[in-house]
Order: sequence, then C-alpha cells, then structure tokens
Amino acid sequence: MTTLTARYRFSASHRLYLSSLSDEENSQLFGKCSNPYGHGHDYVLSVTVRGEVDPQTGLMIRKQDLDRLVDQAVLRNFSHRNLNVDIAEMDELVPTTENVTLVIARLLQAAWRSLSSEGSGCRLWAVHLQETDRNGFEIRLNDLRRQTTPISINEGMVLHV
Amino acid sequence: MFVTRKAEFSASHICRVAEWSDTQNHEFFGEEANPSGHGHNYVVEVTLEGEPDPVTGMVIDLKQVKSILEEEIVEPMDHRFLNYEVPPFDSIVPTTANVAREIWKRLEARFDSPAVRLARVRLFETADLYVDVIADSEMESALDGELAA
Repeated sequence: MTTLTARYRFSASHRLYLSSLSDEENSQLFGKCSNPYGHGHDYVLSVTVRGEVDPQTGLMIRKQDLDRLVDQAVLRNFSHRNLNVDIAEMDELVPTTENVTLVIARLLQAAWRSLSSEGSGCRLWAVHLQETDRNGFEIRLNDLRRQTTPISINEGMVLHV
Repeated sequence: MFVTRKAEFSASHICRVAEWSDTQNHEFFGEEANPSGHGHNYVVEVTLEGEPDPVTGMVIDLKQVKSILEEEIVEPMDHRFLNYEVPPFDSIVPTTANVAREIWKRLEARFDSPAVRLARVRLFETADLYVDVIADSEMESALDGELAA
C-alpha cells in the first residue's frame, strides 16, 4: 500500500485539570501540566492519507488540497489559541494530547467527507500529534469508530496514571 | 525484526502531464510544474524485515544494504534531473509517490531472499512531506475487507 504524510505545525496553550478535583488534587494527578495559568507547546501534526496513485498525474491527492483541508479544519482554529477555552470542539474536554488528537482526527474526518464527495480514490488514514519532541500520539482512522468518548473535565473519573 | 537504512540524494524534477498545456499543468500541480524544474534533498529510509542470523547476529549485512542502495538509488538519481535522466520518469510524473514506488520496485528485485524481505520504503521529499510504500500484509487485506463490508 502507498501512503502520503504531510506535517503541519501549530502553537497553542493548555492546562490539564478536572473541575471535580481541587487544585492540589489536580496537581498530584497532572503535575506541572496543571499549573493554573496554563502553558504552551509547538505541536506537530502529521496527517496520513492512503490511496491509489493516479496513473496519469502520479498523485494520491494534491498537496495543496490537503493543505487547505488541514488549514480550514484545524490549523486556523487551533493556532495560537488556548485549547481549554478557544476551541468549541474541545469544550468540556481535558486537553491532553490524546484528546486533542481525537478531536483533530474527527474534525479532519468530517472535512474529508465533504472533500471526497467528488469520488477521490484516497482516504484519511492516520493522524499523529507530537506535543514535544518526546511525546507523540497517533490514531488510525479505522480505530476512530471504536474509540471511546474523550475524557471530560466534569466526569471526575478515576484516571489510572 | 525490522532494520532501517537511510540514504540521501538530491535531484531536480518537474511535475507535469505531457498531454496537458502549461496552463493546465500549472493549475493542477502549482509551482511543482514550473517549466525549468526545481530540486529537493530527498531522504529515503529503507526498512527490511527478517530474523537475526544465529551465527552472525545480523538480519542482513548493512554493508550489502548500503551498496544496494548506492547502486539502485544514489548512483542513478543523485544530482540528476529525474524527468530527463532517470527512466521511467521520462514517461511517468516524478511525484514523491511515483519516485517512492520506483525505488520500491528496484529494491524489491534486490531483496528477494526468503530470509529478508523489503517491508517499507519511506521517501521524504522535504522534512514535512513523505510517502510510504509498505508491503501488503494479510492483516491489512483483512482490514480492507472489513471496511468494505
């Protein structure tokens, strides 16, 4: 099989906390990531598509079409924002990179469906989000359907860390 | 076990369909179709799959991998204009996908022993754009079946 991956970057801030816990409990659970004023990262988003290579053009997808889709669905809304307050789709979610990856995958999938209504021979395959050089998270779009709901801020659930 | 070896080559190319006008090509491919061509520092990562030999401890001798990559990729493609100097890109568009698939084709013929098989070719056109050609596995095929169903 053949896949194409393009990388994009956005910078954003966040704070990890559960509203059902005290500041001290949040600090115990999330450590520095729960510092009250938040902090930021330069995220690196990799978007992978899989498909047939068009025999005439040699392309699976035009790079400029993929760029536009990622920009419209994600980058212009996430860049230089606070993930706790500025992103409607992140509302009530703990902005862990797991949750951010899931939300981005869903946004891209929704945008992809509108793009590929013209019968594109390729599909969205994977979304990878690098929070720092040391932390990376990836979801295959095949697995997205089976994925449980992202962790909400208000559920106060017991997290295993 | 997977073993990955990297190689680099720099080459120029134009992405255009011969049957189309310059305007059509520019509309479709954008600046990739600029008529005089442009270049990239390509990076290729070749991944092989096999078990370490019980005596040598190696899946494959990396010196051998290095010389195969040199012969099949670097020597023919480095500092070349792909469209004019490296067949089959005189007749197919040297997009990242097509160059990656050509590299796969060349290497597949060289790594044909039962002990070591070509698992993946990853070709970076830039640091932020790459194409993977991956060996079809039974699992992938089963997954495709499930999706189609």
